[in-house]
Amino acid sequence: MNVNIIETRGLGKRYGSTWALRECSLAVPAGHVAALVGPNGAGKTTLLNLAVGLAEPAAGTVTVLGGLAAGSPAALDGIAFVAQDTPVYKNLAAAEMLHLTRNLNRRFDQPYAEARLAELGIPLNRKAGKLSGGQRAQLALTLALARRPRLLVLDEPVAMLDPVARHDFMASVMTAMAAEGVSVVLSSHVLADLERVADYLIVLSRGRVQVAGEVDGLLASHRMLTGPTAEADRYAERPVVHVQRGGAQTHLLVRASADDPVPPGWEAHPVGLEELTLAYLREPGAGALPGPARAQNTQPSEVTR
Amino acid sequence: MTALTVPARPKRDTSLRPVPWRRMAWVTWRQHRAALGGVAAFLGALAGYLWLTGLQMHHAEAASCHPAGSLGCAINFTGRYGESAIIVSIALQAVPALIGAFTGAPVLARELETGTFRYAWTQGIGRLRWTVGKLVPLAVAVTAMAGAFTVLFAWYNQPWAAAGYAVPFSARIFDLLGVAFAAWTLAAFAIGALAGMLIRRAVPAIAVTLAAYAGLAFATGLWLREHYITPLVTRSPNPPGSAWAVNGWYTKGGAFAFDDHGNGIASTVRQLCGGRCSGTRTSLEQLLGQHGYTHWTSYQPASRFWTFQWIEGGWLLALSVILILVTVWLVRRRAA
Repeated sequence: MNVNIIETRGLGKRYGSTWALRECSLAVPAGHVAALVGPNGAGKTTLLNLAVGLAEPAAGTVTVLGGLAAGSPAALDGIAFVAQDTPVYKNLAAAEMLHLTRNLNRRFDQPYAEARLAELGIPLNRKAGKLSGGQRAQLALTLALARRPRLLVLDEPVAMLDPVARHDFMASVMTAMAAEGVSVVLSSHVLADLERVADYLIVLSRGRVQVAGEVDGLLASHRMLTGPTAEADRYAERPVVHVQRGGAQTHLLVRASADDPVPPGWEAHPVGLEELTLAYLREPGAGALPGPARAQNTQPSEVTR
Repeated sequence: MTALTVPARPKRDTSLRPVPWRRMAWVTWRQHRAALGGVAAFLGALAGYLWLTGLQMHHAEAASCHPAGSLGCAINFTGRYGESAIIVSIALQAVPALIGAFTGAPVLARELETGTFRYAWTQGIGRLRWTVGKLVPLAVAVTAMAGAFTVLFAWYNQPWAAAGYAVPFSARIFDLLGVAFAAWTLAAFAIGALAGMLIRRAVPAIAVTLAAYAGLAFATGLWLREHYITPLVTRSPNPPGSAWAVNGWYTKGGAFAFDDHGNGIASTVRQLCGGRCSGTRTSLEQLLGQHGYTHWTSYQPASRFWTFQWIEGGWLLALSVILILVTVWLVRRRAA
């Protein structure tokens, strides 16, 4: 699919006098599991609320599913959203939550939803309020998937879950992604949750997009250089994202591919996603963003330092 | 409608067929049947009490009060049931407020309080349909139940009206009769819905609804209602039949004895008596009569009762519609 599942231009949202999100321009292509990461208060929830139509932009525009206005009937029809802490009606049984969701949507795959809950061992007659955190998250995910969305948006879906439930939940998301080709955007302040599943990365920091791009492309275009501290400041071949000085050795995260020359006395290593994300989060001034004209191009095109 | 498979790319059709209203009706019923059941049980219990005491009252009135004003009527009817009938009519004043606050305020407040609005407002039905599909049927349901209750109360009140006591225009009876009771219930529901949307918490929203309702009801009873139609004026201290005496005043040669708040009574009396009045048994009425003053009374004739009912029902309906529209508008534009 060659559409942008979420596209924003100069998007901004203000609460009172503080901007929760500003000048956010993004184009997330369909067919990805996109991870939205950033510290608490970076604007992740704000961005997702804007994308699902729960919030109105103060500036700029946001479209979804290839150009539909966020929050429009057609957009709501194609997006399933699981909000933070997976809100469900506590006094309703799981079966009633299915029935409710079925009645609130044009499509609902009842057999799929029932089979999935049975598989997970969630009794249909159990009140949603009596389910464990993991079961509740799975119920909310089931409701979302049974709507057969084109885009699944999950806001901090695993924040409240224990490690096993966390693993199971992510496995469910991946299965759905593989089986139904649904695009996924999910947020977390813990990158480790998303590292295994995400193939697209968006790093938000202080209300601004810092990094956006396909994971493979980002990893291929960054290298960790290790060399003597005394020579660290002389490195200028490639843009440096982050410098980590040690007593004798210094690590430089640089924008460079495997083909780029390595200065004598230095060693180059590939970087991991977490390393890369942390480096950018520690350098709020740095960014790796695709140029606007090549929104769907995976190669980040500019770096500032 | 269930679909096992979904086309990889649904048509980018902005004129999607919306989710039918009847499905929203199921949602509303499922989520608010407890509240509606509570209202039905509450009104049912009150109705049971009115029915039982009403039967006894009807029997007593039929047996003892023909002719009305007989001693038997005073003992067996007025004396025995009068106090409880007054208490009932006063207590019922609170019923529309309670029904409206407890059904209207939580509709949106509970969603906002528990965060479930983030589920409800991102479903395919859209939040406009969701909100209208909740507020309108609930408003109609509570109004209908209140309307049914009014019919019973009118029957309960019949013997008193017949005996000339609880005249339909009296302040504690008017809004329990006709369309007023249902209209006040609807208004309370609409106030509750808006308060819930603004305050976002169910319990404070209920409290604010009760306070706002009380203010509106008192203002209406004390100042507003008498102005629906310009009152008639008579030269008699007692307006005809079971009319509603709104105000009274005395004039002589075009001059008022005192203003209609009673300011100036003391000085007028002192002037007329020349200081010799204290200790006499002369009433104000007699004193002013002796000095050639005319007693005027403004009143609303009993024949205007239904006109007043429709006026009050009409503006309350208009107010409720406006409040519900504002609520829907707020839901549409509210930023999460």
